Amino acid sequence: MANEVRKGIVTAVHGAKAGHPGGSLSAADIFTYLYFEEMNIDPKDPKKADRDRFVLSKGHTAPGLYSVLANRGYFPVADLPTLRHLGSYLQGHPCMQETPGVDMSSGSLGQGISAAVGMALAGKMDNKDYRVYTLLGDGEIQEGQVWEASMFAGHRKLDNLVVIVDNNGLQIDGKIDDVCSPYPIDKKFEAFNFHVINIDGNDFDQIRAAFKEARTTKGMPTAIIAKTVKGKGVSYMENNAGWHGKAPNDDEYKIAMDDLEKIAKELGGAN
Amino acid sequence: MADVVKIATRESYGNALAECGKDFPNLVVLDADLAGATKTGIFKKAFPERHIDCGIAECNMTGIAAGLSTCGKIPFISSFAMFAAGRNFEQVRNSIGYPHLNVKIGATHAGITVGEDGATHQCNEDIALMRAVPGMTVIVPSDDVEAKAAVRAAIEYEGPVYLRFGRAAVPVINDRPDYKFEMGKGVLLKEGTDVTIVATGICVDSALKAADMLKEDGISAEVINIHTIKPLDEDLIVKSAGKTKKVVTVEEHSVIGGLGSAVCDALSAKCPVPVKKLGMQDIFGESGSASALVEKYRLDGKGVYEDVKAFLNK
Repeated sequence: MANEVRKGIVTAVHGAKAGHPGGSLSAADIFTYLYFEEMNIDPKDPKKADRDRFVLSKGHTAPGLYSVLANRGYFPVADLPTLRHLGSYLQGHPCMQETPGVDMSSGSLGQGISAAVGMALAGKMDNKDYRVYTLLGDGEIQEGQVWEASMFAGHRKLDNLVVIVDNNGLQIDGKIDDVCSPYPIDKKFEAFNFHVINIDGNDFDQIRAAFKEARTTKGMPTAIIAKTVKGKGVSYMENNAGWHGKAPNDDEYKIAMDDLEKIAKELGGAN
Repeated sequence: MADVVKIATRESYGNALAECGKDFPNLVVLDADLAGATKTGIFKKAFPERHIDCGIAECNMTGIAAGLSTCGKIPFISSFAMFAAGRNFEQVRNSIGYPHLNVKIGATHAGITVGEDGATHQCNEDIALMRAVPGMTVIVPSDDVEAKAAVRAAIEYEGPVYLRFGRAAVPVINDRPDYKFEMGKGVLLKEGTDVTIVATGICVDSALKAADMLKEDGISAEVINIHTIKPLDEDLIVKSAGKTKKVVTVEEHSVIGGLGSAVCDALSAKCPVPVKKLGMQDIFGESGSASALVEKYRLDGKGVYEDVKAFLNK
C-alpha cells in the first residue's frame, strides 16, 4: 500500500505541476502505517467524535496526506491530480474545511504540533481515550514554537500524543546539519520529558514496533525519530534536496512511476 | 453628582469568564503566565480544572487553543494585547483565522493606558492587525458593563473573536436598565447635528465629555459608541455622517488601521465627508501614568474637545 501512496504522491504533484514530493515520499511509509493500521478512524465518518487525530505539522507534504486519505477511501484517488488547481478541495497545504479527513489546517511550520497538543489536552480533560499523532519535518524543528509545544506536552504528561519527526536530513537550502543543525534530535526530546524511539522510518516492522511501544508508554508523550530517505522510491529524487518542492515533468513522471512499478513487482503485491 | 464608579475592563473580563463558567461547561481559559494581570485568575479560582497556564509561550498557547476548539471546547486565550495580537499574529491568522475556529482572544493591557511599562507593552496596532484577518470579529468594550456583555456574546457566537480590554480603571458609563449589547451594532449615545464623534473603548467616555464641552460653545455633537469594530455598523455611521457632514474618530490606538481607518473605509464608499482621526498619530507611546498619557496624547475629554473644535473651525 505504501507504494500505492507513493504513486498517488507523484501523480498529484505531477498533476499540480508543483508541490513537495521529497518529504511526502520519505514519510509515505509512516502515513500508510498510521492510516491503514494504527489509527482508529472511519473514512465514512471523518468527524467521528472519538476518532484518533492526525495533524500534518509539516503541511507542505500535503500530497502525502492526500494520497493516503484517498487510498484509504476518504475521497477518490482520481481527484489527486487536481492538487493545487483553482477550485480544488486539495489545497497546496492542508485545509480542514475543504478536505475530508484533514483534522487541522496547517502549513506554517511549527504550528501544527501546538494544535495536536491542544487535541491531546482536550482528550485528557474529557477522559477520552483517543490518540493524537503529529508529523514534523526535521527542518521544521528549527522553529521555536515546536519546543514551546514540546515543553508543554512533557509538562502535562500527554501520553496520548505521539510526535513523529521525519528525519530525511534535507531542507530547502541543503543538509539540515549544514543549514542549522537540530541534532541531536533524540536528546532534545528526551530533555523535554518525552519517551524517545529511534527507527528507520522506511522500515515497516520498525514503524509498527515503535507505535506499539508508544501505545504502552504511560506518563509521558512519545517522540519517534524516523530516519528516512527524502524522495524514497523514486530513483532520481532520493536524497536530493532539489526535489523538496519541485514537480516532475512528463518524462520524469514516467520514470518515477516505472520506479514505483518495479518496486511493486519486487514486493509481489505483498505490501 | 454621585461619585463615578471606575472599573478596569480586564477586571470585567475575569469576572465575566467566571460568571459564564457555570453556564458554559465547555468554556476553557488559557493564559501565558499573566493570570494575575489579565484577571483570568478569577476564573481559575472558580474552575481550576478548566484554566490552563501555558507558561510564557503565547504562540503555542494559540495553537493549543486551536486544537482544543476542534474537540468542542470554547477556549479563551489571554495575554497582553502586544503578545495576543502582536507576537501571535501569524498563529492567530493561520491556526485560528484560516480554519475559522471557535477561539476567543482576550487581550488585556491594550493601548497607552498600560502606563508605566512604556512603549514595548503599549499595543496601539492590535485592532489593525486583527481587523485584517478574514472572518475575525473585533470588539473593544467601553466599560465594565459592555465588557461583561461582550464576553458572553463572544461565547454565544460561533467563530473567532478578538476582545480588547484595558489595564486602567475607567468610568462605568453604560449602567442603565435598557442597556443591551448587540455584536456588530453601534450605539447612538447622543444625538447632534454639527459633528459626529465616533469613539471606541475608553475613548467613548472622552467623547461624551467632549460633547458636553462643545455644547457649552453652542456646538451640537452626535456621539456614537462603536464597540464592534468588525463587523462595523456602517449604516449607523453613514446615516449620522449624512446628517452632520463632519466626522471625528477617537481611539486609544494608532490612527493607521484602527477605528478611524474602518470608518473612513465605510464613508469613502458610501458617504464621503471630511474625517479627522484622533488617536496615536503614528508614534510609539512612553512611560507615565495612564491619566498623564491620555492627557498628553489628547485622548481625554479636553483633548478631544479641542481637536474637534479645531477641525470644525478649519
